[in-house]
Amino acid sequence: MAQVTFEEISASDFFYRNRDIAGFTNPTRAIFAAIRELVENSLDAAESLKIPPEIYVRLSFEGEASRETQIYKLRVEDNGCGVPPRHIPSAFGQVLFGSKYKLKQQRGTFGLGGKMAILYGQITTHQPATIISSTGMSRIYMYRLMIDIQRNRPIILDRKVFLNKEGWRGTVVEFSLEGDYLRAMPKILEYFKQTAMVNPYANITFVDPKGRLYKFIRATTVMPDPPKETLPHPYGVDVELLQRLIQVTPYNNMLEFLKNHFHRVGEITARKFLEFSDISPSKNPKRLSHEEIVRLMHMLKKFKEFLPPDASCLSPLGEELLKTGVLKELKPEFVAVHQRKPATYAGHPFIVEVAIAYGGEIPQKGGILIYRFANRIPLLYDEASDVSVKVINEMNWRRYKVTPDMPIAIVVHICSTKVPYKTVGKEFIADRPEVRREIANGLREVARQLQHFLTRREHVDRERKRLGVFSKYLPKIAEFSTKLAGKEKPPDIEKLLRSVRRFGVEGI
Amino acid sequence: MREFKSIIERRKEVLTNLENFGLKIYEQLDRGYFPFIEMPSRSTENIYYDPRFRQFILGDKRVRRSTRNIRHLKPFAQLVWTALFSYELTSQRKTSTLRDVYYSAQAYEMTFKDQQESNNIITDLETVLGFSREDFNIFPEERSAVFGDLTIRYTVPGYEGKTLNLTSHPDGVMIGPALTSAEFVETTADKVIAIEKGGLFTRFIEENVHKKFNAILVLTAGQAPRATRHFIRRLNRELGLPVYIFTDGDPWGMHIAMVIISGSANAAHLRDLTTPDAKWSGVWATDIVKYKLPTDPLDEIDMKRLYELQKDPRYKEDPLWQREIKTFMKIRRKAEQEAFSRYGLTYIVDEYLPAKLEETKYP
Ligand SMILES: Nc1ncnc2c1ncn2[C@@H]1O[C@H](COP(=O)(O)OP(=O)(O)O)[C@@H](O)[C@H]1O
Ligand SMILES: [Mg+2]
Repeated sequence: MAQVTFEEISASDFFYRNRDIAGFTNPTRAIFAAIRELVENSLDAAESLKIPPEIYVRLSFEGEASRETQIYKLRVEDNGCGVPPRHIPSAFGQVLFGSKYKLKQQRGTFGLGGKMAILYGQITTHQPATIISSTGMSRIYMYRLMIDIQRNRPIILDRKVFLNKEGWRGTVVEFSLEGDYLRAMPKILEYFKQTAMVNPYANITFVDPKGRLYKFIRATTVMPDPPKETLPHPYGVDVELLQRLIQVTPYNNMLEFLKNHFHRVGEITARKFLEFSDISPSKNPKRLSHEEIVRLMHMLKKFKEFLPPDASCLSPLGEELLKTGVLKELKPEFVAVHQRKPATYAGHPFIVEVAIAYGGEIPQKGGILIYRFANRIPLLYDEASDVSVKVINEMNWRRYKVTPDMPIAIVVHICSTKVPYKTVGKEFIADRPEVRREIANGLREVARQLQHFLTRREHVDRERKRLGVFSKYLPKIAEFSTKLAGKEKPPDIEKLLRSVRRFGVEGI
Repeated sequence: MREFKSIIERRKEVLTNLENFGLKIYEQLDRGYFPFIEMPSRSTENIYYDPRFRQFILGDKRVRRSTRNIRHLKPFAQLVWTALFSYELTSQRKTSTLRDVYYSAQAYEMTFKDQQESNNIITDLETVLGFSREDFNIFPEERSAVFGDLTIRYTVPGYEGKTLNLTSHPDGVMIGPALTSAEFVETTADKVIAIEKGGLFTRFIEENVHKKFNAILVLTAGQAPRATRHFIRRLNRELGLPVYIFTDGDPWGMHIAMVIISGSANAAHLRDLTTPDAKWSGVWATDIVKYKLPTDPLDEIDMKRLYELQKDPRYKEDPLWQREIKTFMKIRRKAEQEAFSRYGLTYIVDEYLPAKLEETKYP
């Protein structure tokens, strides 16, 4: 009989074994994912203080790893909030440790991304990572650490403290990893360009292993309002969350429990709900049986009178900034932007923002260029499966005078406390009817604006052409008839040309 | 009648008309108007068959081309340019082909889209002024020929006053601008025989048909060009010669004869191109039967053409046409002029020709 052994694995061990789900599938994807995770941490860190991000990324060549892959050193510097010294080892050396578990829109969520990058670097190069950070106070801290994968604990190899004479604030993360930059390059550059598009207030500098410098300069210092934290909405809770709330609640009756732990539930709504679900207001939540908790969850979803979640926990880019970003990175001739009113799916608030851009430097590639974003992160993979792409493909573009040969780009940004990703890989948005409807309505609005623009331009073009025809042929008719009639001086046709210019002439 | 005026007078008239045309436009412009012109419409609804003239003519419908209308502007400019170009040709007594016109325009940044477009504009000018393009010294490329005892006097520069007898070259003399504008001096011929095909034309010359039958021979080379039709008309009108036409025995040959006699719908805006009393002498459908000629079957396109011609007003003038059309339809066969060779090379000249000339003799 075979012997079966049971073992418990740590969180870092789990993610180490399943690194695919975090995007570290192969040397090409890994190098892309590492840059992306660190840049997003930096953006979050600066935005949390509402300071225009200043991010410097350097990838340098260290040596050959195999025929296909190389060793690179990745360094990312930012001017963000910095990490308090006592949290540095865990923030960068312990999987599932993070400051972003609260319910508001953020890029990171699991306390995972940055660590996966460091973990990947560690297992491919066996080198420690260096973290330098300061919150802007009198000291700067430097840590060299590795991750103890089995125990999911940081191992601190070195720690130094410097005086922060210049009042620097920010974070530097540096480590080595294996990767294939040449293959990853197109996606990485695309990632920076698109990041610059939805973060038009950020300065991003990238120096690649060949020493090439890519600079994305901010076009504004205006930043969107940071999101506020919210309580969970009753439509969005699951049994897991209910149990956690019951564990930590200081309230010992259902009425107070509901009023204090849920978004959009006040005295009146809470009473109505308790009556609806036949639960006594004075019942102690800690006494609820498992069956009762399950029933409570179902009743919460069934009750029709909860107000929809408000969107203060969201931080959309806003029409102005979206426009700035599109103009800056795509340099189109025309752009229309539109922000939808907040909506919800399954109790999660979300906002869709769309833009359509035409002409200028947008390439004419025989189809619409699609840029997808979620919480200001570009989504670069699996475009075909994304709900936006489906909506775009199903639209009747002819109605808006749009033909496939036109240089057109569409931007779809969805922000939410819980982006409806289809997979853990955070690459495309699932096809949910509520989301689909918002995207479709948004696109119709900007498509209409584009249509107006195209019609107007067509009109101007036609007028210009008309005038061209008149100013080409009237002088010729004058010239030929003068010669034919044997006259010396040609007739004055300026008046005629002026009248074409001023009133247009009947015809067509 | 215009055609009896001397060539020189006619040229003067053409030049004055062109000048006046230019003046009209100049004056409209000078007074600050968008110039316009009016001319008879050439659309099919405005083309009528006129039994009096025995040709197609244009009705009363007129069209206005105004430079106020953006779509008329370019053709208008092209028309004025063509008038100017024609004026220069005519006054300098130079000739040009339809193709030349198409290319010359490019020098004035007056590009025509294609030859068809420039041909159309020339037809417009003909319609506006009531002269044919040959009057403006513009000729098509295809050329036909003439042979026979007719002496002409040239009016073209460099040859003015020189005379030529049209038997002087055994291949015949090309009916080009110089010949078209020449004056007729004298002739001993008492008839004109027009022939569709070059082979037979040469045979007739070799066989001395011109002498034997006292005839001027004209090669139409298929559908007769306008200059040739005008030339045949002049032989008929100015010299009073009867005209006999010999074509292949099929609907197409029949129509070659008809266009010489009654003109074409395309030239409904023009006169002086028809010879209403010319005769189609053969090859008739009934000749095919009578002479037992070697034949080919009529194909579908031939039959379709016959049905069209049957309804054509020109073919209702003389019962001969309807009879021949019906016979073609009945026998469903056609024969070429060369078919007579089955009876020997000279049979057509010795037997067929005299018989047919007699049969279709002018009353
Ligand atoms: N550049 C940075 N500046 C400030 N804090 C950072 C930075 N990078 C990471 N952190 C902190 O470390 C935590 C863990 O980061 P990460 O592993 O990427 O997970 P997540 O971003 O999902 O929270 C973050 O929640 C944040 O508090
Ligand atoms: Mg992160």
